[in-house]
Amino acid sequence: MELLIDLAIILAKVIGLTFMVVLPLVPLSVYFERRFSAIIQDRVGPNRVGIPLTLFGAKKDFHLFGLVQPMADGLKLFLKEDFTPNYVRKSFYWLAPALTVIPALVTVCVVPFGSPITVNGEEIKLVIADLDVGPLFVFAVSSLTVYGITLAGWASNSKYPFIGGVRSTAQMISYEIALGLSIIPLLLYYGELNLSKIVQFQADHGWLLLPLWGHAEGPPLAEKLLFLVPALIAFVIFTTSIFAETNRMPFDLPECETELVGGYHTEYSSMKFAMFFMGEYAAMVIGSALVVTLFLGGWSLGFGLDDSISALPFGGLIHMGVFMAKLIAFILFFILVRWTVPRFRYDQLMRLGWVIFFEAALINVFLAAFVIAAPDLGWISTIVGLVLLGIVTGGLIWVLKTSEPESSPNSGLLGQS
Amino acid sequence: MPLPLFWFFAVLMLAGGLAVVILRNPVAAALAMVTSFVGLAGLFIGLNAYLVGIIQILVYAGAIMVLFIFIIMLLDLETEERRAPKAVPIVGGLGIVLAFTIQLIGVLGNTPSSEPPPLDLEAGAAHYAEISPGISKKLEAAHEAGEERIPDVNLVGQLMFTQYNLPLQIIGVLLLVATVGVVVLSKRQPT
Repeated sequence: MELLIDLAIILAKVIGLTFMVVLPLVPLSVYFERRFSAIIQDRVGPNRVGIPLTLFGAKKDFHLFGLVQPMADGLKLFLKEDFTPNYVRKSFYWLAPALTVIPALVTVCVVPFGSPITVNGEEIKLVIADLDVGPLFVFAVSSLTVYGITLAGWASNSKYPFIGGVRSTAQMISYEIALGLSIIPLLLYYGELNLSKIVQFQADHGWLLLPLWGHAEGPPLAEKLLFLVPALIAFVIFTTSIFAETNRMPFDLPECETELVGGYHTEYSSMKFAMFFMGEYAAMVIGSALVVTLFLGGWSLGFGLDDSISALPFGGLIHMGVFMAKLIAFILFFILVRWTVPRFRYDQLMRLGWVIFFEAALINVFLAAFVIAAPDLGWISTIVGLVLLGIVTGGLIWVLKTSEPESSPNSGLLGQS
Repeated sequence: MPLPLFWFFAVLMLAGGLAVVILRNPVAAALAMVTSFVGLAGLFIGLNAYLVGIIQILVYAGAIMVLFIFIIMLLDLETEERRAPKAVPIVGGLGIVLAFTIQLIGVLGNTPSSEPPPLDLEAGAAHYAEISPGISKKLEAAHEAGEERIPDVNLVGQLMFTQYNLPLQIIGVLLLVATVGVVVLSKRQPT
């Protein structure tokens, strides 16, 4: 009986959090994307699809600001012809779309959605699997996404998709390094790999990027404020790498339509194409959730109110609302970047990943270690260490500057005339 | 770990391993290897070794096999020709498999089949008190915090950066040398 109840709770969490919270966010973010891009470009955007009351004899339709648009989009994709070209490698062609969606949805299971709620005297954590290796689990599973895109490119057996797939592989492997290195300062600071405990720490001692409140015990305010420097560097690197990992603008070179037609999904149609689309948006939702959890306090409301909210009988649900608000705000930031920043060139992308972010993340690890260890090291050692770090950084920048090959501004075809 | 889950991951792993050998298409074989790694990671996690399981996926399935597939795709290897089987390799392979199976049966026959004992962090802390005080302290802290899992990430870190610090740094230098070597070899300018 106990086992059955446990199983029921796990199933309820899986269905509730994955299929009723995260999956609906995918069409919702498509709607946000279309409306928000319309606002940015001074258009109206899809604002018509609603409840067609005129069909039933009413005077006016009820348009709901076009919120039903994603359903219409989905229906359209379902009803399209599912065309499989006859030159593709069939089994891989069918496998690839699933391989992009599934890892993105599996990573949901370590994201803490809210503080624990108490039902029937039993504490239920609002996270599907409370693993002690949270961020590592997310990196591990989302690194499997690359198979979907690579296989899609290869299985299509056609040139442009293949180039898209190869680009995507190279890009994702490159940025995984920056992604992993950039969160090491955070892990040093939290001393913890469990995402629930990381959020609890932020609820107790202030968010990582806004450490203004918190209990008296814990790190002193000066240290928290000083740690903002490495935390901000880590935030920039992590967020940018998430953009690259999810193949979003400005790093969407695997599907760059000006060069590659449609990139890896050129040969796909109907629901198979829709699954790539869903995979991209699900990855975006999970990436935002990870940024919010690691840097912006997760479900914590801040202002020192979290303890009293957790004490309420269903305070966990309030926290969940806070988390969703932050998540949607960050998704809007994702969309804002997509519609304002132009696409990178491929060599710029690789340069940014390998030459700038990799080194910056590595130096940032040492900087964060100094900030944390400074009270124990004493003034002299800290200053000597910082000076050494400064010299190494300066030397690195000098080497990068000098080793860069001289290139004329008009290289390639323009330079030949 | 519940028994059905063990069988699921074990069969997944073995099926993946078999498919690596049997499948003729290089990409399919590489993917089968990924499947095998995922099954192996599942087994590790079932044994409470979360870190090892995750690293298995992160490093092998997520990075190394991606590079394998990358290379296979770039070289555009064709499906292997089916060759006439030779007697000697088959007999040799079967012999090795048979020998290992007999050995496994021998070992399992001598092991009394019993339920695994429940996780006892306090006893673990007492056991490690003399062998490694660091591990003992971590286990005790976990016990006092009411944890029901081994703090494996903590333990691995503790051990690596205190007891095995020098070997760790030597391995780091070794990897650095290898990296520099690769860059030198691949960047060699034509003279």
